[in-house]
Amino acid sequence: MREQRQTIPVLLILTALAVGVIVLFMTLGAKGRWDFVLPFRGAKVLSMVLVAHAIAVSTVLFQTVSHNRILTPSIMGFDALYVLIQTSLIFAVGSAAVTDFDPRLLFAGEVALMVAFSSLLYRWLFSGNSRSLHLLILVGIVFGVLFRSLSGFMQRIIDPNEFVLLQDRLFANFNSVDSNLLAVSTATILAVSVVAWRFMHAYDVLALGRDPSINLGVNHNRVVTIVLMMVAILVSVSTALVGPVTFFGLLVANLAYQLAGTHKHRVVLPVAVLLAVICLVGGQLILERIFAFDTALSIVIEFVGGIVFLALLIRGAAR
Amino acid sequence: MIEISNVSKSYGDTIVVREVSLQIPRRGVTSIIGPNGAGKSTLLSMISRLAPMTAGTVKVDGLDVTRTPSDVLAKRLSILRQDNRVGSRLTVRDLVEFGRYPYSKGRLTPEDRAQADKAIRFLDLQAYSDRFLDELSGGQRQRAYVAMVLCQDTDYVLFDEPLNNLDMKHAVGMMKLLRQAADTLGKTIVLVLHDINFASCYSDYIVAMRDGAVVRHGPPDVIMTSEAIRDVYDMDVEIQEIQGRRISIYYT
Repeated sequence: MREQRQTIPVLLILTALAVGVIVLFMTLGAKGRWDFVLPFRGAKVLSMVLVAHAIAVSTVLFQTVSHNRILTPSIMGFDALYVLIQTSLIFAVGSAAVTDFDPRLLFAGEVALMVAFSSLLYRWLFSGNSRSLHLLILVGIVFGVLFRSLSGFMQRIIDPNEFVLLQDRLFANFNSVDSNLLAVSTATILAVSVVAWRFMHAYDVLALGRDPSINLGVNHNRVVTIVLMMVAILVSVSTALVGPVTFFGLLVANLAYQLAGTHKHRVVLPVAVLLAVICLVGGQLILERIFAFDTALSIVIEFVGGIVFLALLIRGAAR
Repeated sequence: MIEISNVSKSYGDTIVVREVSLQIPRRGVTSIIGPNGAGKSTLLSMISRLAPMTAGTVKVDGLDVTRTPSDVLAKRLSILRQDNRVGSRLTVRDLVEFGRYPYSKGRLTPEDRAQADKAIRFLDLQAYSDRFLDELSGGQRQRAYVAMVLCQDTDYVLFDEPLNNLDMKHAVGMMKLLRQAADTLGKTIVLVLHDINFASCYSDYIVAMRDGAVVRHGPPDVIMTSEAIRDVYDMDVEIQEIQGRRISIYYT
């Protein structure tokens, strides 16, 4: 009962806030013709909403199957793999050749590679007798370190000019999103979300743990594999679109648990997505209008979000 | 009826359960006893498809547990294991309502809510139904989990050491309740127990395991003899009949 009292206002307020920041972002400080400003900013907003959705959903689902609220998909070496792919590309063929590639092809290649890596990892770990998720995560961390060291090594011996170009590609950036990629990403993320929606009822049960969910008739291995694949696709698409931003998933997921006041994924997932939209669009708004692009988006989000998160934790502990 | 035929389980070279064949009758309370490491919990996990078996088959009412879809089996058989920790913050009612998942897939009907109410009343948890699990004592939490598996309303209910962490009063209460579930609700209850006196007082049938094999099985008065207990536990105990019940004196 107490959940319903809290849920509907929270959802309403968050929706209003999300719409509010989007409207502000679209209109504030517009100095040109509207028929130029709106499509230009609209594409940016769409990419941010896509990334927000992908990161929020993937983090919440990943935390549900791993029974851990501190882990994020980035711990599985996703970010590191993205960095490695970019570094090896520039290292092997040079930045001039990389910019000549068809961006859609490059994007498809990156996503395919990341999904292949993750499914290989899951398949290998889930097929044997060791169905331990902790082992999976540990292996992910070790791979992450390996990828990071490999990238670090290549970055050190690369031409300094190339390195500057590379670094530019490695920061999360919503200003240089290709509109062709946007269409592909939207389609992919929509498709994954439809699948994710169909399993909605199973997530609450999965959160109980392996044995109770098998007892309740959930095909645990199958559902967990599907969830991890969805997480892999979502993270890959969003990383390939704008670069690594997965840390902020930790923030929105935990804020969502606090605000939703229920364990039900039907509520937690939308709350997390709305929070992520507010964080990203709001953060970008602050970045563009207040700091005039003088800093990085992740700094804005992590600073403001971190303070809110700490405040919630301290309040929660005091209760 | 649960038919277990030639079931084995091994991890590498270590055999935990070796070629167990057993029939657990429908209705009533069956207890599995035996020393630590006898393979009792492993056997229970294999019956309830939580762990795959290395060889053999288990059939519940003729359904092979490894082949039958998990959600079909979830309406016939439920299991509660020893350590239950939930990450998310759930109230007792939330937890009990999960027992209806095999039927409603998360969309509770009025009938599901009525079943949950019934289970909460059966376990005498009305006063706590809106409390969070982490605000309860160990005994109350254990009862909430039992309410969940009873809410699942399966013919077969398996418990792995349900008396763990319970004091005398709550242990007796739990055993009376399981007995009542078998007698009034017509359930088949299978338990792993450590205290052979509880097994003696409350079960219709006792299965004794040792080193992964079933060494004895039968009604309590057959198992509760000094000779049989020596076979199972390698320990000489005196069995006395007190007020019509066979009690082993093993404390000294």
